[in-house]
Amino acid sequence: MPYSQLLSCICIPQSVSLQSPKRWSSSKSNTGKGRLGECTISKSLATDLLFVPRNVNLEKLQSGYLFPEIASRESEHMQKHPHASLIKLGIGDTTQPIPDIITQAMAEQVCGLSTIEGYRGYGAEQGNMALRKAIAAKFYQDMGIKADEIFVSDGAQCDISRLQMLLGPNVTIAVQDPSFPAYIDSSVIVGQAGELEKETGKYGNIIYMNCGSENNFFPNLSATPRTDIIFFCSPNNPTGHAATYQQLKQLVAFAKANGSIIIYDSAYGAYITDHESPRSIFEIPGAKEVAIEISSFSKFAGFTGVRLGWTVVPEELLYSNGFPVKKDFDRIVCTCFNGASNIAQAGGLACLSPQGYQALCNVIDYYMENAEIVVDAFSSLGLNVYGGKNAPYIWTHFPGKSSWGVFNEILEKTNILTVPGRGFGPGGEEYIRVSAFGKREEILEASRRLKHFLT
Amino acid sequence: MSLMSNLSTSMISSSSSAFLAPISFNSSRTQSVSVPVKSIKIIKCVATPQEQQTAYKTKVSRNANIAKLQAGYLFPEIARRRAAHLLKYPNAQVISLGIGDTTEPIPEVITSAMAKRSHALSTLEGYSGYGAEQGEKALRAALASAFYGNLGIEEDDIFVSDGAKCDISRLQVVFGSDVTMAVQDPSYPAYVDSSVIMGQTGQFQKDVEKYANIEYMRCTPENGFFPDLSSVARTDIIFFCSPNNPTGAAATREQLTQLVKFAKDNGSIIVYDSAYAMYMSDDNPRSIFEIPGAKEVAIETASFSKYAGFTGVRLGWTVVPKQLLFSDGFPVARDFNRIVCTCFNGASNISQAGGLACLSPEGLEAMQEVIGFYKENTKIIVETFNSLGFKVYGGQNAPYVWVHFPGRSSWDVFSEILEKTHIVTTPGSGFGPGGEGFIRVSAFGHRENVLEACRRFKQLYN
Repeated sequence: MPYSQLLSCICIPQSVSLQSPKRWSSSKSNTGKGRLGECTISKSLATDLLFVPRNVNLEKLQSGYLFPEIASRESEHMQKHPHASLIKLGIGDTTQPIPDIITQAMAEQVCGLSTIEGYRGYGAEQGNMALRKAIAAKFYQDMGIKADEIFVSDGAQCDISRLQMLLGPNVTIAVQDPSFPAYIDSSVIVGQAGELEKETGKYGNIIYMNCGSENNFFPNLSATPRTDIIFFCSPNNPTGHAATYQQLKQLVAFAKANGSIIIYDSAYGAYITDHESPRSIFEIPGAKEVAIEISSFSKFAGFTGVRLGWTVVPEELLYSNGFPVKKDFDRIVCTCFNGASNIAQAGGLACLSPQGYQALCNVIDYYMENAEIVVDAFSSLGLNVYGGKNAPYIWTHFPGKSSWGVFNEILEKTNILTVPGRGFGPGGEEYIRVSAFGKREEILEASRRLKHFLT
Repeated sequence: MSLMSNLSTSMISSSSSAFLAPISFNSSRTQSVSVPVKSIKIIKCVATPQEQQTAYKTKVSRNANIAKLQAGYLFPEIARRRAAHLLKYPNAQVISLGIGDTTEPIPEVITSAMAKRSHALSTLEGYSGYGAEQGEKALRAALASAFYGNLGIEEDDIFVSDGAKCDISRLQVVFGSDVTMAVQDPSYPAYVDSSVIMGQTGQFQKDVEKYANIEYMRCTPENGFFPDLSSVARTDIIFFCSPNNPTGAAATREQLTQLVKFAKDNGSIIVYDSAYAMYMSDDNPRSIFEIPGAKEVAIETASFSKYAGFTGVRLGWTVVPKQLLFSDGFPVARDFNRIVCTCFNGASNISQAGGLACLSPEGLEAMQEVIGFYKENTKIIVETFNSLGFKVYGGQNAPYVWVHFPGRSSWDVFSEILEKTHIVTTPGSGFGPGGEGFIRVSAFGHRENVLEACRRFKQLYN
């Protein structure tokens, strides 16, 4: 039936393909240049090539993004062992239901959209002012951060890429090593990085600031060359380390001395339990002139699927020619984005109400109790365990072993998914990241299996 | 910084621009404000505050590509004009026929599904965390079935997103800075602006109001709003929107067949924006994939925004066929997938639940009703301008009416209409130099507002 006719009558759904989906998550053979990898496109179709060259930056990426890789390992394992009771402590995905008060607010917003008074079309690209104000009041009280310096988004991963688009290909970056892969991958994509050096496992033109147990997971800044941008995540994914006030003072001073911009990822700020470690870079005096802060409702509110986050760009942050960074970020947000869903934003506002916030703290406590159980399991086996106190990640050391090797072994022998430290950079080799998101029974079961296997 | 903070946050320092005329705001950071001498009063010359001159600057260079942009994005500029007008006339009944923003409530069959999903997130069985970045299976399948059923586009060719505008930029990230692009002139500003940001273009050339290195394909009443492809230079990427924003023109099967052939002959990729396909009245193709061979040369973006009133809910999709290959044989879809997995994290699961409800038989019917309502608005606006003797285009296949004001500056007409009737429209030059002399009137609005607006137009132009 011609498409035009189809749309003018009531659509009777045709039978939907129930084949297993093409596994986009697996791109292990993504090596560019003439190799078609998994795709089974025959040679004859290759005559229909276009003359549009592939983006050379994307060619530089050596494999798929880390977490879809983990997902594809999971699928393979499940196909091999369909009856295995798999425990997923790999991808840091929240598991506990969102408190009622928050989903109720979202449902109300939704129902309002069906009424004349409650209908809302395009929102401000920067976010609803009420939400921006609530974020400022809740997280940046007394730090001099104003609502109009806060840009609401659909999550930190998206913001990282928008910030990279903002900064462009001609800036240099430094990352912690290990670090959340999106900083490096987005840098490669935007054209800031050189080729991947196989021997070191590092991309050219990126400075990797080693963070390990030897240096208390804080880089030796005196040995760190200047870059334009410094990505810094605290509490850290994957190591779980929360930088101290003194460490962050050093970092801000370093950025100031070098005229650099810190992009501070505070997505796990709500997990800090030590009552000391700063939750925001803006707790450090002078940070407003050198830092951007990104954050997210994902791990704070279980919004991993709902999609909501924010970025703070202080008006004091200026490019070398005096132009405010905030104005250009606003331009990116208005041109490459169209605002976070108004439903998610209604949920966000409820998260920041006293009741909502308290309910979320309870969920976070639950995850941190999980973390304690996992930490104990590894410690009791005499392994060196890091993290788990100010972040929902446990970072365990397996000296002398390949992290993908340990990952595979744990998966094969205990049916537990983790993440190999190497996935976060060469500095992650010999480590395994275990996430503390999960139902208590699963965490306890995982703990039992690990103790049994590793004894 | 205090001087700058007093100004509207999005005023970009630039001299002349297509967007800022006729208000010739010249922003200079070191502007001194002085007061003229009057009798014997003491005058204070207020120079730039000291703290601004000694404000700390990082050593990070501003992205030269963004510096090329001449002004703010078009629609926030329109919003600013509207806000300024309201300040001037606080009691004016401003009617917004500018930014194409939907106004009618979302049908309940759709919102009830979203409410259900919201509540489910509070339960153990119903909670879901990260979704597949490409979108939920059921929704991808429903999209394939509803829009591409017999066109050979499969579920896994479809990538669900938070809207077409975001997808346009993600596509630009896939393509990178070393490709050339062509756009219709006039066109939806996001294509050109995202191209500038990505570094694909040269500087803005003030005399012709075009960015260097972009091929502008003129679309006018004279050529039936379809470019003369024989005079269009080859580019890697061709952005094409049909039904068109802002002209409302819908390309015919013959024209699209030409376009696909042009792309095939040149080894180019068409990015086909079908956001208004469901507004089509005439028997024209809704999807580029109705044209044989299109799967090897085209990507299609689409959106729930104008179909379901999802402008604030945020949901759209992009189709990248498996058959679309770069010059080295690498499938474009694999790179798009990589971008989607790295630079994005999926559309909101609640919005996706709404999308699925949109594609149920009831949902499709409900969307058709709302679209029908806006089409009726469009008809009223078209009739009004026709009756006033204007040459009117569009309106038949899109919720936009493209009115010709020969010999006049579109920003002048925009300002005149705003000043005299308190109606916000969009000046044609905001969509490119080919839009000069035209005004775009959008047909989204409550019926009474549209009728009232038409009364005022009649009063002004009689």
